[in-house]
Parts: sequence; C-alpha cells; structure tokens
Amino acid sequence: MTLTEKILARHAGRDAVAPGELILAKVDLALGNDVTSPIAIQAFRTFGAAEVFDRERIALVPDHFTPNKDIKSAEQVKMMREFAKEFGVVNYFEIGRMGIEHVLLPDEGLVVPGDLVIGADSHTCTYGALCAFSTGVGSTDLAGAMYSGEVWLKVPETLRIVLSGRPAKWVEGKDVILHIIGEIGVDGALYRAMEYAGNGIAHLPMAWRFTMANMSIEAGAKNGIFPFDGATKAYSDGRAKRKYEVVTADPGARYADEISVDLSALEPVVAFPHLPENTRPLSAVGDVLIDQVVVGSCTNGRIEDLRSAAAVLRGRKVHDGVRMIILPATQEIFLQAMREGLMETFVEAGAAFSTPTCGPCLGGHMGILARGERAISTTNRNFVGRMGHPESEVYLSNPAVAAASAVLGRIGGPDELP
Amino acid sequence: MSFREVMRGKAWKYGDDVDTDVIIPARYLNSSDPTELARHCMEDIDAAFASRVTPGDFIVAGKNFGCGSSREHAPIAIKASGASAVVARTFARIFYRNAFNMGLPIFEAPDAVDEIETGDRLAVDMERGSLRNETKGTEYRFTPIPPFMRELVSAGGLLNYIAKRKKGG
Repeated sequence: MTLTEKILARHAGRDAVAPGELILAKVDLALGNDVTSPIAIQAFRTFGAAEVFDRERIALVPDHFTPNKDIKSAEQVKMMREFAKEFGVVNYFEIGRMGIEHVLLPDEGLVVPGDLVIGADSHTCTYGALCAFSTGVGSTDLAGAMYSGEVWLKVPETLRIVLSGRPAKWVEGKDVILHIIGEIGVDGALYRAMEYAGNGIAHLPMAWRFTMANMSIEAGAKNGIFPFDGATKAYSDGRAKRKYEVVTADPGARYADEISVDLSALEPVVAFPHLPENTRPLSAVGDVLIDQVVVGSCTNGRIEDLRSAAAVLRGRKVHDGVRMIILPATQEIFLQAMREGLMETFVEAGAAFSTPTCGPCLGGHMGILARGERAISTTNRNFVGRMGHPESEVYLSNPAVAAASAVLGRIGGPDELP
Repeated sequence: MSFREVMRGKAWKYGDDVDTDVIIPARYLNSSDPTELARHCMEDIDAAFASRVTPGDFIVAGKNFGCGSSREHAPIAIKASGASAVVARTFARIFYRNAFNMGLPIFEAPDAVDEIETGDRLAVDMERGSLRNETKGTEYRFTPIPPFMRELVSAGGLLNYIAKRKKGG
C-alpha cells in the first residue's frame, strides 16, 4: 500500500484498502475557521447532540477575517467562541494567541505523523508534510465529524513524485510545487494523492515541505504526503501532543502514475494570473510592474519564509511605488521575528508588519487590491478577484522573489538587486 | 431530492476551472445566509447571472468546476440562486463532496458539455443518466450518480445519513 492507503486503512480498522473503495474512517483531528465553522455549527446543532465526539480533537481557529474586519465577521467569530465554550472545545484559539490554522496546529503539536485529519478549509492538506493524511472538506463534513468522529472517504489513487538533486540558491519549496503544478495543471492530480519520494527530499527543510503539501489542492489533489524521515522526527519530537506512529509505504505499493523532478534544474518560478498552473521560470517573466507585495499565509508565513524575505530586504528599501505587507503566520512566529530582528528589517525597509491573519490572501482585508492593480504574493491562489477587485492581478512566488520584487518595483529575483 | 423527476431548464455556459472565488467571492463570506449569497452567485465571472437565472436552470461548465476553496457557500449560493443542477466535464473534489452533502445535484457529462450554449433548453433524467438538448435536438448518456452518493441524497443529505447510522448503532 502507498502512504495514503496505509493511513486510511488503519483509520478504517482494515488490514488493507484499495483505490476507489469508500470507507468510513476515524478522524484524529477536525478543524474549522471563522468562515467555515458557522455553517458547521448550525449543522451540528441539528443533531441535537449534548456533546461533541471528543473535546480535545476539534480545533476552531478564527484566522480568515480576524481581527474582526466588520460586524458580520465579528458575529461569525462570536458564534465560534460561544460554541467552543458551550461544548468545552479545548482548542479554540483567541485573537492574540492564535495563528493561521495550518501553521498553528502542526507547530502546536496538535497534528502528528500518521494522523488522519479533516478540516473545513481546502489547505488542510498542509499536514501531509508530517507524513499524515489530511484533506479539506466542507462545513457539513466538519459538522458530521464533530458529532461522530468519523468521515466518509473514497480511497484515492496515488501519483508518485520522485525528487532528485539539490535546489539552487533562491529556489525554495514554493518553486518546486509551482513547477509541478505548471507541469501537471490545476486538475493534474484531481481526486488523487500526491506522494513524494526520492533522495531530493533530504534537501527540503520542513517549512518547504509544508508549502508543497499545502499547495497539493492547487493541482486538484485530495492530499499531498511526504515520507517520514529525520527532519520529520526532529520537528515532531518535543512538540507532538500525542504519541505518533511512523507509517512507511510498502515496497510493492501500486502507483497510478509517476513523475520525476530534478530539483537542481529548477530556477525560481512565478505563476501568472489567473491560475497557479500559468507558471514561468523567473528568467522568462519579462517586465511586470507591481503595486503590492504580500509575504505570508498558510503557504509561506513561516519563520523560514520571513528569514528569506528579510535576507533580501536587509539594508534596502521598498520601492516608492510599492506597498509591502508582511504577515507572520502565528503569534510565536511574530515573536521569533521580533527576537531575530527581522521585524526591524521589514519596518526599516518600509514594509507593514501585521498581526497573524489570512487577510489579503483571499481578499478579506489587510491589503485589498483596487481595479487594475497588480500584486506579487507568496500566497496560494491567483484566481480572478482573489485579492480584491475582479480586474486586479495576483502573481505567485517564493518569499525571496517577492522581497526582491518589492525593492525593484517589478517582478524580479534577488540576483538583480544592486 | 428525488431521482425520478426529469429536470428541465435553460443552460448558463461557462469554461474550464471555474473556481469557488468566482462562484462566490470571499468578500461575501462574512455571511452564510443563502439568500444573500445567492445575490452574488457567479458575480466575478458573470455579473448578470444572479439577477437573470430562473428556477430550474442549469450551470454547464468544462473541466474542474468548483476548484479552489472548500467554502460550502459555493454550492449553497448556487442552490439558493434557483439553479437546479450543475453539469460539467469534471468537478474539483471538495466541491463534489459539498454539493452532495448539501443536496445540490451535480453530474459529469463530458460528452454533452461542449456543444451546449447559454440559453439552450436542457432536460436531464438523473435516474437514467441522460441529458437531452431540446434546442439542438441531441441526446447524451452519462454515468448515473454512484450508489453511495444516491444513498446520501435519499437519506436527505449527510447530516441525516450520519444521524440514522449512529442511531442504528
């Protein structure tokens, strides 16, 4: 069995499962945010249940429109807060103590290797970096899981992605996943699991693996998953709140397809509007002037991402015609960025440094684009209207390229800086 | 929802990769009220849709319909707009789940979607798996909805399905 099949089988109480089978599986953690939880809470209440399936295995994170951007958003968060209190949900994260869900929950040790996690957010697939099965679902599925502790799943076929070589300077996890999406398309892994393999993985720090698993959904995948290795162990030990089991793929596992990526052959990648598959190597971008730069999100808001952006910005200034917004993904990362002097670097360069929020990534708040404006962003989607006006444009890149672009006033890489 | 009735309505045709951000832009996600969501349904791809769609109409699209976010607001907005179903070449997987969990019928009819144009009158028989384009006088077959999904729909959606299952032990 593949990694995904093995984890699904364990959680369905079965010796084996095969692609195409429908299973009912136990969930280790179910999560929701301030956009998706209100519908789940209303649905949950229709069960008339006196309690949730497990008070410690539900996570509610108000991160999308928070700190509350308007009255309606405040009402949605209030509903979450009151629900958490009423049902004794332990893992509710209040403003000032929260973070973007997909960075916060693994960092807090609430997701561990071998887990089966569902979340009412499409980027729930992020935790595949930990060798866990995790996938995005809707609010009704979340309601069902909060009640029963189970979810129905169709066992996906697995696409194997073999990575080799060492990435060049300024090439990060974001570039690897954008390259893959560019190759296979936004539905290239539709209904499938993406399982990474190969000796190239050794050159990918955990932060980059999170970025890559996070954007599996941008290829249509059900989940993205990395094998467990020394880096996974080093990340998990000391923070895992539960005992974890290491799962490995069988030598005879059957894969629906296989692709190979030579990491050493990649250069930084930029995705053009309005799909993540519209990728170009940085050297082929041409002259694209920008109005705004965003560094943050569940994709690239980790401390490693901020370090990468700060290394480029240090001693430089954000271009006159550009607004740059930095959003650390959690309070812990905010604090760390302060301690390391990264925050000072950003503010001195002329960037805005924000409290954690999904904010502009989905056009919520904290950096909305006007008609005709253009942004380069370390976020995950560049759909029509994603960051604001339907006639604005979003280009996706890694944090180093985003930072270099902020200085240049046009899309470009760190090597182009004087 | 019943599988027996033949659904009739006119088509609203869109292309490939229609994402959930254009089905219901995030700026409206500070509400989960179906009527309000329906008012902005498809707004960023077709500003006329919400005001001109009539009950029973079909949304017809190419591949990967509903890609992107997991927001259930997308099928909620479509259902509340009065549209009766979505026909596409393929669907993004979270949208597919959400639609069935919500009771919005959707089906993959890859052979049929190409020639359908906005305004064509369609008749869809979910039980038999057939789609008739009454404007063009053509008929197509599609794979009927899988048994498990039908079970979900007959139970009245996922919530009822789970409640029944839990009661039955």
